[in-house]
Amino acid sequence: MAIQNSISPQAMRQIILSQSKRANVGHIGSCLCVVEIIAALYASVLRAASPDDPQRDRFILSKGHAGLALYAALSLKGWLPPEQLDTFCGDDTLLGVHPESALAGIDFTTGSLGQGICLAVGAALAARLQGSKRRVFCLISDAECNEGSLWEAVMFAAQHRLSNLHVVVDLNGQQALALTRDVIDQSNLVERWRAFGWRVLEVDGHSVPEIVQALAETEGQAPNLVIARTVFGKGVDYMEKGIPVSQTHLAVNPINWHYLPMSDKEYEIAIEQLEQRA
Amino acid sequence: MRKAFITSLCELAAVDDRIVLMTGDLGYMALEPFRERFPKRFFNMGVAEQNMIGVATGLAEAGFLPYAYSIGTFASLRPFEFIRNGPVHHKLPVRIVGMGMGFEYGHSGPSHYSLEDIGVMRTLPGLSIVIPADSAQTTTAVKRTWNLAGPVYYSLGKDDKLSVAGLDGQFELGKVQLIREGRDIAIVAMGSIAQEAAAAAGDLARHSVAAAVIVVSNFHPDPDEHLAGILSRFRNVITVEAHTLSGGLAAFVGSVIATNGIECKLLPLGVRTPPDGTSGNQQERWRKHGLDRASIVRCVQSVHEFSLPTTSS
Repeated sequence: MAIQNSISPQAMRQIILSQSKRANVGHIGSCLCVVEIIAALYASVLRAASPDDPQRDRFILSKGHAGLALYAALSLKGWLPPEQLDTFCGDDTLLGVHPESALAGIDFTTGSLGQGICLAVGAALAARLQGSKRRVFCLISDAECNEGSLWEAVMFAAQHRLSNLHVVVDLNGQQALALTRDVIDQSNLVERWRAFGWRVLEVDGHSVPEIVQALAETEGQAPNLVIARTVFGKGVDYMEKGIPVSQTHLAVNPINWHYLPMSDKEYEIAIEQLEQRA
Repeated sequence: MRKAFITSLCELAAVDDRIVLMTGDLGYMALEPFRERFPKRFFNMGVAEQNMIGVATGLAEAGFLPYAYSIGTFASLRPFEFIRNGPVHHKLPVRIVGMGMGFEYGHSGPSHYSLEDIGVMRTLPGLSIVIPADSAQTTTAVKRTWNLAGPVYYSLGKDDKLSVAGLDGQFELGKVQLIREGRDIAIVAMGSIAQEAAAAAGDLARHSVAAAVIVVSNFHPDPDEHLAGILSRFRNVITVEAHTLSGGLAAFVGSVIATNGIECKLLPLGVRTPPDGTSGNQQERWRKHGLDRASIVRCVQSVHEFSLPTTSS
């Protein structure tokens, strides 16, 4: 399947950094680490002639706090006009931190963790009942697996053999206040999901080809989980390491860039690094 | 009302293949007619109400008309945030069906009482709320609201034989039902406890007190204008609900009286006390909480004794 080069991880990261800086908001690390997953989906995997085509594949960004990464992809795809992108985190905008279904190209509003996968199961069941070949993709966070409702959906999907459902878990090892291993350990996700009857694949979450290949496959009748190992803040050294460059009163902490906005200096460094790594 | 609901739903499903019925593993001796007739459109979701509402939302987005069934408190309170963020936020036609209003699950105890569902659901603009008082009204209400574009919450009763005198199967969104005329006092009731209000009005008539009885059976759109027009001629209004006084009928009627500047006194009968661990059958619960016909009559008598000096002077 042809990959739309315009939706490149590099271009998405530029949008994420510049829009976060313009709006002076955080969640930058969470957006940067899912870039390749969303790029793979929008450049290659998702079959959608238009944002409102009823037969389009559905995508649910259950970890809604990475909404800006989704806006970046929609913008590069041409579904989100640049002037509307510039309303991100403005007033009276449809582009809040978390995605809103009133915006063309967003299938479901999300933001409350543990709910998106239930919607995805419903969308997959609907496709099955309608005899449609459309598929459903859902991106969850590793910490989202703390939510009990998620496991309700996991069990139902396996029971009903929803092989048209593909869930990607962004295994970045962090949650809002600490590392996941120190809160609710997710290191045995493979065993957990397999035990619940899912087909589980593991990929490098920053390899678009690996993600595309994993999402193209199904095997038997089981629903599909792709565990994408990612690096929080991917692409910006100090974010990956959790260094608050300008905010010297803060200690080095891997979770810093869950919430921090960038100073002018931090933005400058981030853009430089992005260009160097390209 | 259960039989009326499932019979109506089967009739609708026969002509509308968008309809699917989901249950949180409840509805023994109730949902079987649908399951037998439309096995491919019946889903036992397991004991998982949050996922049930989430899946219903995903189905509705793709064009289905899902009915999600459970006991009232499990259908409304447990998945509340899923209802809020799912069908309500997305304006999708999910139908949530809560069985057992008020104290109907008497001996099952407090976990099974639906005493807050209407108040909680009323906090969600965009969610229509339907609370039939008897079986005939259930049939009309289900058939009049099946095709609404947005989501609906149904609070239904278990009693299949119940018939509230004067209601005659009437139901209209945005309207109340005036089931008995009377000039002395108005009794407004919600849900199956309307039978007690109607019975009390009969008892009062024998004491030459003419009580009007009004049934409130839906919210969003609220029947506020219709109710205000009726209440404007009364000095005293009693509300009767097997529900807490927060957010339910008393809150609604009080708001209608205040916002319309109606000069009358509200006497709210409802659940005022926190759970004390006890349970009992519905009639006993109604008596204990001062909601049965005798309690309603006593409430009326107290107002009339108060009113006598002013009316006779």
